[in-house]
Amino acid sequence: MQDDGIPALKGWSEAELDAAFAALRSELEKDDVFVALRGSPKSSEEIEEFRLRWLGRKQGRLKAISDAWLKAAPADAKKPLGQRFNTLKALIEARLESAAGSGMAAIALDAEAIDITLPGRRRKLGAEHPLIRTQHEIVGIFQRMGYSVGVGPEVETDYYNFESLNFPPGHPARDTQDTLVVAGQERKPLRERLLMRTHTSPVQIRTMERQAPPVRIVIPGKVHRNDAADATHSPIFHQVEGLCVDVGITFADLKGTLDHAMKELFGSSVRTRFFPSFFPFTEPSADVQISCPFCGGAGCRKCKQSGWIELLGCGMVDPAVFGFVQQKQPGYDPEKISGFAFGMGVDRIAMMKYGIGEIGLLYSGDLRFLEQFA
Amino acid sequence: MRILSNWIREYVPGIAVSDRELADDLTLRGIAVEGVFDLGAHGSLFEMDITTNRVDAMNHYGIAREAATIYGLPLKAVDASLPPARTGARPYPVRIEEPKLCGRFTARVLRDVRIAPSTGIVAERFRLLEQKPIANAVDATNYVTLAMGHPTHAFDLDKVEGGIVVRRARKGEKLKTLDGVERTLDPDDLVVADEKKALALAGVIGGWDTMITPETKNVLVEAAWFDPGTVRRASKRHLVHTDASHRFERGADFNAPPVANALVSRIILESGGWIEGDLVDVVAPEAEARTAKRASIGFRVSEVQRILGPTDDEQGITAAAAESILTGLGCDLSSASDGQAVTLPSWRLDLEREIDLIEEIARVYGYNRFRNTLPPFAGSVVELPWAEKEAAVRGTLLALGFTEAISSSFCGAEDAALFAREPGSAVAIGNPLSEEAGMLRPSLVPGMLEMLALNLSRDVDDAALFELGTAFSGSPENGYARVEERPALAVGATGQALGSGDVDFSDMKGAMEALLGRFAARSVYFDRFPAASGLMPAWLHPGRSARAAVDGATVAWFGQLHPAEAERRKLKQTVWVGEVWLDRLYKQDPRQPAVRELSRFQAVRRDFSVLLPERVTYAALSSAVDALAIPEIQGYAAKEVLRGGRQIPEGQYSLLLGVVFQSHERTLREEEVQQWSREVVGALEGMGGKLRG
Ligand SMILES: [Zn+2]
Repeated sequence: MQDDGIPALKGWSEAELDAAFAALRSELEKDDVFVALRGSPKSSEEIEEFRLRWLGRKQGRLKAISDAWLKAAPADAKKPLGQRFNTLKALIEARLESAAGSGMAAIALDAEAIDITLPGRRRKLGAEHPLIRTQHEIVGIFQRMGYSVGVGPEVETDYYNFESLNFPPGHPARDTQDTLVVAGQERKPLRERLLMRTHTSPVQIRTMERQAPPVRIVIPGKVHRNDAADATHSPIFHQVEGLCVDVGITFADLKGTLDHAMKELFGSSVRTRFFPSFFPFTEPSADVQISCPFCGGAGCRKCKQSGWIELLGCGMVDPAVFGFVQQKQPGYDPEKISGFAFGMGVDRIAMMKYGIGEIGLLYSGDLRFLEQFA
Repeated sequence: MRILSNWIREYVPGIAVSDRELADDLTLRGIAVEGVFDLGAHGSLFEMDITTNRVDAMNHYGIAREAATIYGLPLKAVDASLPPARTGARPYPVRIEEPKLCGRFTARVLRDVRIAPSTGIVAERFRLLEQKPIANAVDATNYVTLAMGHPTHAFDLDKVEGGIVVRRARKGEKLKTLDGVERTLDPDDLVVADEKKALALAGVIGGWDTMITPETKNVLVEAAWFDPGTVRRASKRHLVHTDASHRFERGADFNAPPVANALVSRIILESGGWIEGDLVDVVAPEAEARTAKRASIGFRVSEVQRILGPTDDEQGITAAAAESILTGLGCDLSSASDGQAVTLPSWRLDLEREIDLIEEIARVYGYNRFRNTLPPFAGSVVELPWAEKEAAVRGTLLALGFTEAISSSFCGAEDAALFAREPGSAVAIGNPLSEEAGMLRPSLVPGMLEMLALNLSRDVDDAALFELGTAFSGSPENGYARVEERPALAVGATGQALGSGDVDFSDMKGAMEALLGRFAARSVYFDRFPAASGLMPAWLHPGRSARAAVDGATVAWFGQLHPAEAERRKLKQTVWVGEVWLDRLYKQDPRQPAVRELSRFQAVRRDFSVLLPERVTYAALSSAVDALAIPEIQGYAAKEVLRGGRQIPEGQYSLLLGVVFQSHERTLREEEVQQWSREVVGALEGMGGKLRG
């Protein structure tokens, strides 16, 4: 062996060349990487080092030896020498290639592995407001049952908010609806005075005045009451009301419609039950309870252990209401047609569905709360 | 209101079910028992919630009547028997001056009574109901209210000067009432008076001077019927809501006074005393005709079926079943030409029409015994005209990363003035919840700023919100003859809510562009006005805000919140806000996607780096490029804008304009592109630009 690491050649005979190349071959066989390329993985850096060590154009061992030997070789030995170098080179390349073709790529790519447990870079989604989401859900159910959407003004007249809904002036039923009024109305006749609507029911009247029967509308909207705020009360809240008027509409239809809607909203196992109630604009009037969708009726915290949750007010449209409407639409003859109306609090339903404890959160704009609906 | 089950059972001895079942049966009929509390040997205490229309059921006898009807059992009559009166005395003088306001007045004189603590059943029931006993004569009146719901009153007869007069109060007349308050009366008040003075505010509260005291010897027992509206107005006017006013204003039983008077007298007499003379009972015939003797109403079983529909029971509600329910409730039925004539009970003034009877039948029959049916429908479903537009606005903002919020409909006067679309157009609330909620919001921006401030105060530094809602305006003359409601949108953003950098003008403008791009307007442009012009909203930073106009009409204002306004609201970081007048935007149709043909030929891109004088806006530059009218310029954009730094001279800025050339007909030739590029450079130079090396 010489100082520059080039093995010495004993001679140029075929046998002597074979012996020299066998020695080179055994040196290669001792290279860890060459061995490893058959099985156990090596990093791409190690493989590249190995390739450069043997095949590198400048410092590669094969290049160095072939340069040295070919230079010294007599002309007739150059060809057999060249053939043997090519064989050896092919062997190394084949090994490198086979590694790249199979486990090699995986090995190399594994070396580029990253920590996928780091959280994603997430673009913030806008979140739809839970009340809007709930409102859309409820409205959608009734749209599929043939109801059109109706809306009306938030500032109403006393006539539409009260009188035409059979709340006569000075009637005790008005006490149940603490009303915010627009300033400076005192000199107007009572029925023209402006107030913040306390329910979306005025839209029932406005719709019937515009449209002869049959009518099926669902009315979502914001309403206001002069109510001090607490965990379950807000001066602002949202309602969805519905109205169905036609020939032959019955209390049984009202029951069936709401039973169906509640099953759509809370799941098909939900049951409904109806209790007599009082609303000036419906008669008979009812409160509707649904079997608790959380415990199936067994009793839990959400239903205060009763198994039932009160959710709706409803009833058959009072003939007196048709009487008011008839002043503009004579088709609403209570002797010929009949109808039902119902209403529900969107806030209450949203709070129940999503487990919201404070109604005030819905009107706060607090992103820590709202983001949860994204 | 509290009810004792044993008291009910006393009136309906045959009830076979348990107290709990009784409570459920009543509740299902609309006589809601909210709670049942076990009283051991004394039965149960029911916590009731009676709807306002059922004043007749706000007492034990009324609820007993419901129970009797439900179970088809007999109801015992109230025992109103009394020891015989000593005769000879003249009837106590009672004069009703206002027969429209006081329909009936009964008076009975009891002499030598003994005022003492209540004993016996009165004391026991008061204890069970946790009602505070006072003295027998007072307790007697309260007991009778509990028993049969009719308010009565006991006067110290020796303080009464002369006969009873039921009259209107005189203007300015004074009355010290039982609660110790000296009240100044109104001529619309009805008073029970003697010859000299007012003794009580009729149907509302008794007077101080004639109240029962331990020294009282002689008592005048009053049981009357007062007009509901009169009682209600007096109660409201004097801000005194009593159990008596609550009942009278909902319509008391016109026939109850003699019975109630007898019951009160009987209880007082149990501790001693005697009755002087007969009961004085003054009846105003018109009032009686409106109540106890009101005309019968027609009733048809066919209407029951038409309104209520099928029941689980195939038979449905039969004529016999309907009749038995109505009779149980105190109605009298007789046949009439079209169905039946129903005489209505005096205690049910809420029953006036056929539908009221149908409701009673449905109620007592049981709502849950009706079938669940779905009505057929052949109509069409109509969407709101702006539903699609609102969905586009909401969807766009959600996609851009804005979260939807809902804020108050009200704001304070200062904000109302600052944010009103037209000066002086904000609408005031007459009875606001608070001063800060004294006005209807003229814009959604103040609410938006409040919500952003709330987030910042809770260390949510990155926030992007929007609100869709109503903005209000009106003119205060003639009491806001009309209040206009307009759909509006507010957007607000701060911190790094919309990406990795701080929100800036471009973010807001980009959001506006995306939003306005959802509509089919012919033109959309953005501009701003100098601070001094007064044309910019005062709440916006005049140099960093813009107006958006669609087809020439203003639809939006947006930009950085004015620093002075940010200071006033103590906002710790820069806040960007905008307002969109949806009433104007919604006049545009939603944009319908229309696909343009894609070119099969390769596009050529050229970048132009140019130094421009500061005064040259991108808009001006863009018009210059557009003016070249080269159809093969498929698009161009400012890829980079640099200001300051060593490379850029004072008063100039550097712009990298990327231009894309493409044809739909052919592959572009190099010479063509070079020619157009020269034209672009010419346009830039025409603006004072210098091409950079
Ligand atoms: Zn439950």
